[in-house]
Amino acid sequence: MIFAIYLDIPLSGLITDILVRFGMNAILVLSMVPGIQSGIGLNFNIPLGIICGLIGALISVEFQLTGFVGLFASILIAAPLAGITGFFYGKMLNRVKGQEMTVGNYVGYSVVSFMCIFWLLAPFKSPELIWAYGGSGLRVTVSLESSIRHVLNDFLAFNIGSIRIPTGLMLFFAVFAFVIWLYSRSNKGLSMIVAGSNEKFALSNGIDVDRERIKGTIMSTILASIGIIVYSQAFGFLQLYNAPLYSAMPAAAAILIGGASIKRANIFHVIMGTILFQSLLVVALPVINVIAEGSMSEVIRIIVSNGIILYALTREEELA
Amino acid sequence: MERSFFDLLLLKLRGDLMDLLQIKGVNKSYGENRVLKDVSLTIREGEIHGLVGENGAGKSTLMNILFGMPVIHSTGGYEGEIFFEENTYNPTSPEDAMLTGIGMVHQEFMLIPGFSITENIKLNRERTSPSILSKIFGKGLEKLDMEAMAGDAKKALKKLDMAIDEFLPVAGLPVGHMQFIEIAREIDKGKLKLLILDEPTAVLTEAEAARFLKVIRRLAQEGISILFISHRLDEVKEVTDRITILRDGEVVKTVETKEISLNEIARLMVGRPIDFSKAKEESRHIGEENILEIKDLKVNMPGEEVKGLRLKVRRGEILGIGGLAGQGKIGIANGIMGLYESSGTIIKDGKELSLNNPREALKSSIAFLSEDRRGVGLLLDDSIEFNIAFSSLEVQEKFLLKFGPLKLIDNKAVREHANRMIEELDIRCISPRQKTRSLSGGNQQKVCIARALTLKPDLLLVSEPTRGIDIGAKKLVLDTLVKLNREYGVTIVITSSELGELRQISDRIAIIYDGKVAGILPPDASDEHFGLLMAGKAIEKVVN
Repeated sequence: MIFAIYLDIPLSGLITDILVRFGMNAILVLSMVPGIQSGIGLNFNIPLGIICGLIGALISVEFQLTGFVGLFASILIAAPLAGITGFFYGKMLNRVKGQEMTVGNYVGYSVVSFMCIFWLLAPFKSPELIWAYGGSGLRVTVSLESSIRHVLNDFLAFNIGSIRIPTGLMLFFAVFAFVIWLYSRSNKGLSMIVAGSNEKFALSNGIDVDRERIKGTIMSTILASIGIIVYSQAFGFLQLYNAPLYSAMPAAAAILIGGASIKRANIFHVIMGTILFQSLLVVALPVINVIAEGSMSEVIRIIVSNGIILYALTREEELA
Repeated sequence: MERSFFDLLLLKLRGDLMDLLQIKGVNKSYGENRVLKDVSLTIREGEIHGLVGENGAGKSTLMNILFGMPVIHSTGGYEGEIFFEENTYNPTSPEDAMLTGIGMVHQEFMLIPGFSITENIKLNRERTSPSILSKIFGKGLEKLDMEAMAGDAKKALKKLDMAIDEFLPVAGLPVGHMQFIEIAREIDKGKLKLLILDEPTAVLTEAEAARFLKVIRRLAQEGISILFISHRLDEVKEVTDRITILRDGEVVKTVETKEISLNEIARLMVGRPIDFSKAKEESRHIGEENILEIKDLKVNMPGEEVKGLRLKVRRGEILGIGGLAGQGKIGIANGIMGLYESSGTIIKDGKELSLNNPREALKSSIAFLSEDRRGVGLLLDDSIEFNIAFSSLEVQEKFLLKFGPLKLIDNKAVREHANRMIEELDIRCISPRQKTRSLSGGNQQKVCIARALTLKPDLLLVSEPTRGIDIGAKKLVLDTLVKLNREYGVTIVITSSELGELRQISDRIAIIYDGKVAGILPPDASDEHFGLLMAGKAIEKVVN
């Protein structure tokens, strides 16, 4: 931060950036919470949910839905889809207990690769979606300029000085955070958390641990699908093909920075972690870019996020 | 250590040269817990020496010291002196023990299933012959001399009267044979002077065991001393020359086998002064009504299997369940609660209880304190109050506030209840929000009791309630259980490895042997009776 001022990078711009990036990433980070609570650990397979979200968004663009209609249509299509895939993924995780995170990673890779084929063959017709030179197959990045771009960012947005507050984005996150918080205080949610934190204890209290884990996986996948829609509308583009792969690591890193472990996580961890992680990126990167070579920022970002995950996982080993 | 001729002569005159192993005043503690107290023991050359004692009497610790197991040194070593053939013997690794001439056959077989008998016997001591590679890269790459190895193996096996193809793989052999192969491996080490056998007959059939004992005797005649550890008292009586009885980490007696009876051994093994004054203060009347009836219960709990158990629990009593480790006593409560796969019939209050269903068991007013307190009994990273309230929140939907379709946890009610429990059971903590991980063992157990109480059960199953708890807190936990029984009328089934504590608080004590009830005794029955039942004698024989 001090460097930023010293180097004459506009502070107000940075703060706006932090807020926007917080809003766009927070739901993706939030999607880690049900996974951790139900005992499957960091859900490295949020690409699964993300793909569902992308499909939802693509369909709404295909039908030329715009604004809030487009946004909610995307979510309404994406969420049930994510629910179904989450259910089957949860079933699978119950067969590989103890290795969820590794397996999740690989399932993520295979699903994303499989979807690369799907994107090429999918019967979308809208010229905004398919390659500019026609034919079939979807673009690598689809612009949302004409559909749902910045719907939430601009909703009730206002300025304080030169800092722009993305009210809609914040409110939207707040709603989901509140729902998850409420759930984790309810008897159903508590059963899930207990199943996640001590399987044997849960069993001796008559909790069906496998079912709770599936519930957690479903919720995590649905949140991821909604998360990517919110992310995309703020970013302005849908990123297809390999892009979903790169979403899990930053989300996992963020919640770990917030103080969560692979066994316990709550809303506070999400908020703290996202703010810290995103402001680290927003502030540090321009600074480094000024000081060093331009491409350094991306390298640093990857080192930071993977390093944090590594740190958290090794620390977890010690505790166990 | 070099000794002068005179020293040796002197020793010879005193007759000490007969002693192969001398253990003098050995003390060992694990943390605060003193497991061996001033243990002294001598083993003569060519003697079969029996070592008996209950679980936790210190037998394994003594063996671990003799065999130089790392666990001893990582926990601070031991005090006292050990002499082997007149030399100070202070093993720091199993290798030391082997070089000195001490071999050990463990309770669990340490054989590699896919290897042949020869390979198992010669493992890590292979005979080798030079090859081209070894000339370049050193001895590690020499060729195995299979023929020489097979010859060695054959020789060792012959000593044990085993006529078996030494190239057969170990996998698929009967357990009896595996036991012999383990011993053959020790014999093949050549220098073997003392062989430690830890429960060698536990896995053998009767015929195998008989043959095994014969072989043991032959080995002893050839001059190998044997330290024989077993729960099967009649075997010990049959095969040994002298017996040492350990109890609570102390040597009770070392005695010539001829001069002691089986019953006397059993009595010395179990017996400890027990304070009956408290249990006797009131003559309690317990009706004939059964709160729980168990028929033909089988529980598939690894290491604690229950094999067709019948048991009736009367309403209002405290029923103790005792027996040695591995006989299935722990499996009973776990089976009733549905935590391990079980079959059979359990009738609670005249209604049949559905098996393998923990929720059902909890709903029929049965509560359970697990022997695995930290694993099953507690959420270590959650607060005391949450631990206390959770079971009834989950099963009985208490401590909940309703908001439309949502039921949220009522923190205020949870807190109030926890505070009441903390006061009532005297749980020592900073606040009800403290995490249970940071509590002492006794207080953790009280949190578990509080959780069970919150369910308001009429039957409480308690497993090993005082394991890992210091002596002062033990009494508090037991007193709490008695109070529950007397004041709230909760029927209690308490399973414990410590017979002493069962006899203190129970109305009747069932001893489990081989997954079944060996017999039910009153708490003031003689030590001898308990000891014999635990060793697997039928109740009819014991009482007559």
